[in-house]
Amino acid sequence: MITKSLTVPRTSFEDRTGWAIKPEGACKGDVCIPLSDDLTGADELDLTKLAEQMNLPLVHDEVHGLWALGPDSVGGRTLVSAEAPDFTLPDIDGNPFRLSSLRGKKVLLYAWSPY
Amino acid sequence: MWQAFRDEIIAQGHDFELVTVGLDAAGAEACRPYVDAAFEVGRHPALVDTSHLVSELFGVVNIPNSVWIDEAGMIVRPIDVAPAPPSVEVKRESPFAGLTEVPDRMMEIMGEAGKIRSDPASYDAALRDWIANGADSEFALSAADVVARSQPRDADYATGQAHFELATHLEALGDHPAAITHFREAHRLAPDNFAYRRQAWSLEPSVEGPLKRFVQGPLQGSDNEWPYEGDWLTDVREMGAENYYPMWQA
Repeated sequence: MITKSLTVPRTSFEDRTGWAIKPEGACKGDVCIPLSDDLTGADELDLTKLAEQMNLPLVHDEVHGLWALGPDSVGGRTLVSAEAPDFTLPDIDGNPFRLSSLRGKKVLLYAWSPY
Repeated sequence: MWQAFRDEIIAQGHDFELVTVGLDAAGAEACRPYVDAAFEVGRHPALVDTSHLVSELFGVVNIPNSVWIDEAGMIVRPIDVAPAPPSVEVKRESPFAGLTEVPDRMMEIMGEAGKIRSDPASYDAALRDWIANGADSEFALSAADVVARSQPRDADYATGQAHFELATHLEALGDHPAAITHFREAHRLAPDNFAYRRQAWSLEPSVEGPLKRFVQGPLQGSDNEWPYEGDWLTDVREMGAENYYPMWQA
């Protein structure tokens, strides 16, 4: 997740990562990572604290004033849950597409490259 | 190829959709010719993923990779190598059509590529079985197995993923040298992710023209300008082309 600020809206973090911030902490499927109260109650998240408590990498590019918040490594695997994250990506015409728009269908997600 | 498969499955009455995801920092314009060609056969969501979000969210490590997701939004298979359906006749113009000169390196790359193994028949049979039988299919994994079989990711790998996203963002901003710095870190920290390497290499044009993005390495006599530790030909020879993809595992 790329950001110019070390404070991001909770909903942006949730939409981007699939983690939901609840009173119990950051939750995905059956897994919750406990978070301090100042994070669980917040509409805006302090990324330094969040990264520390969830063990997320935070990479800084000073020249461009950008931060890259990387994914968790809970359980040493990419997935902590079999629930597919409801991601949004643009389609070829630039229109946003959400995976959940295909609920009710079997989906074959197929990654390719033009090189 | 996949579009014809998708149309066949839908014509059989299955609730099924193909979602293609083009992994390319160069974005929609790079993907468009391929998507337009595919859309002549069948229209499906065709997405553009400039920062390889599906690597972070699903564990994609190379192309072609697939994820199977059921009607309730549950992943039933994390990453598999997804070879083109075996029944399809692949009409493809020679990549060298119209070229008066093909670099030796490209010929060597094609030679190695010819040794790459995959198992289209097994994958196709499994996919069709899942489409027909859903959760009863032996190929639909339990939730616990889906998690257990997902791409390993330790803190270093996760950091590599952050560097990769930053690299693609810097590339989009036009700061190619800064992008290279972060691509190199991504390669160092997430060495299993071959898609990360191919993306970076594809953005270094050793040649002009239609082969530009496929050479993915320095041409003879220009090694000291190549900004990466490896390149497609060197890396594939080191690993052995027969090991390029993991074998199909039910």
